[in-house]
Amino acid sequence: MAETTRSVHSQALHSTVVKKVLMALTGLVLIAFLLMHMFGNLKIFIGQEAYNHYAEWLKMDLLYPFLPKGWFIWIFRAVIAACLVIHVYCAAKLWAVSLHGRGSRYVKKKTRDQSLASKIMRWGGLTLLLLLIFHILMFTTGTITPGFTYALHDPYHMFLGAFSVWWVFAVYLIFMIVVCFHVRHGFWSAFTTLGANVGPTARIVLNVLAYFFAALIFVGFILPPFAVLIGLVP
Amino acid sequence: MKITLKVWRQANKGSAGSMQTYQLDDVSEDMSFLEMLDMLNEQLTSKNEEPVAFDNDCREGICGMCGVVINGSAHGRYESPVATTTCQLHMRNFSDGDVIEVEPWRAAAFPVIKDLVVDRSALDRIVQAGGYISVNTGSAPEAHSVPAPKRLADRAFDNAVCVGCGACVAACPNGSGMLFTSAKIAHLANLPQGQPERMLRVKAMIAAHDANGFGGCQNIGECAAVCPKQIPLESISALNRDLIHSLFKGDGKTV
Repeated sequence: MAETTRSVHSQALHSTVVKKVLMALTGLVLIAFLLMHMFGNLKIFIGQEAYNHYAEWLKMDLLYPFLPKGWFIWIFRAVIAACLVIHVYCAAKLWAVSLHGRGSRYVKKKTRDQSLASKIMRWGGLTLLLLLIFHILMFTTGTITPGFTYALHDPYHMFLGAFSVWWVFAVYLIFMIVVCFHVRHGFWSAFTTLGANVGPTARIVLNVLAYFFAALIFVGFILPPFAVLIGLVP
Repeated sequence: MKITLKVWRQANKGSAGSMQTYQLDDVSEDMSFLEMLDMLNEQLTSKNEEPVAFDNDCREGICGMCGVVINGSAHGRYESPVATTTCQLHMRNFSDGDVIEVEPWRAAAFPVIKDLVVDRSALDRIVQAGGYISVNTGSAPEAHSVPAPKRLADRAFDNAVCVGCGACVAACPNGSGMLFTSAKIAHLANLPQGQPERMLRVKAMIAAHDANGFGGCQNIGECAAVCPKQIPLESISALNRDLIHSLFKGDGKTV
């Protein structure tokens, strides 16, 4: 037992539960961001002008004249990045605690209620981090440009060019499958951590909502690239 | 019934253990799992071999002493609809010729003492940190002097039935003791007598939980799935609500 001079309050503040709460709050912000990003992507179906105009508005005009032109996107990026850093930091800390807490492994282990989504939470999260870096290097910085030339003011053609390449689609398909699983357990877990699992009915509602948002995010994100791949978007 | 047993044998805390295979003939389907282990130990003793050490006491499913992982499932429940302790599991749940693997609870907080016996005093230390109410001793107060709403009293009771067997920790992929801790928290938080120390209790018990080498909770649900007393996963949400609330209160701020 650890002898400590820290107050009980301070120990509670540094507990695994508080790290879970931070992961839940930041995770829900990231899910909200995904939904917004997904909705924006769907504008590809309206056409080049609508899509590029939306991108331009997002990067320059949003909240203008409340903020100077182009400021919003950087504040937005900072908030999302901060959420991501907190989320990953707490996940890493909790992973380390769990690796220690589990102790020696069972010769044989059978699970009863554990979902596949919850099993791959941590390695899946790590995969997401790598794919996110790939995604930013592609469309934000233009470092990797398979099938397209980087053009800041024409994201429509960047999108079309990239997803005409089969392996780019395959990478994003994997990306979205892992996101889908991560959201499936993450959504349920976030609300449970925040105390919303108040009874058997709440448990069903939270799980159904988790499946719904996981499916919505998967379908909403994969639809535009899939349409491009099979040539439905001109 | 003929049963092949593979049992974890470990001489003491420091030594390395391994699975040993034993053959048992004439196992009756009416035997409890522990009676079957008794039968094995009788045979081992008559052969002058060291009997298998395992914890047990009441053998009625109410004391929480027994508990081993059977075929990879804590208390051997696995897919059965009936929640059970190891002592209430009967050999009729197995078939003739089965191979049964028996292991101790495995978690960093539960070091193996010998064979299937683990040290679960980490759970006691969580309770010592706040799983009680402070009252003056003396004659018992009149039962109806402090009214407890029926709904909350029922919820308190549903959590008070935890026997502290440690199956939740054993089943958790993170070795977390959150279901156990939450049962104690939810038990006292739903009763009027638990209110004065409620905020300090949740802080102190979570601090003790983390300090005793348990892992964090991922809301997976394996704990509630194997709990012989069916402590609901909701209790963990109740604990989280109390802890979040308590962080805005001053209780426990002085060392």
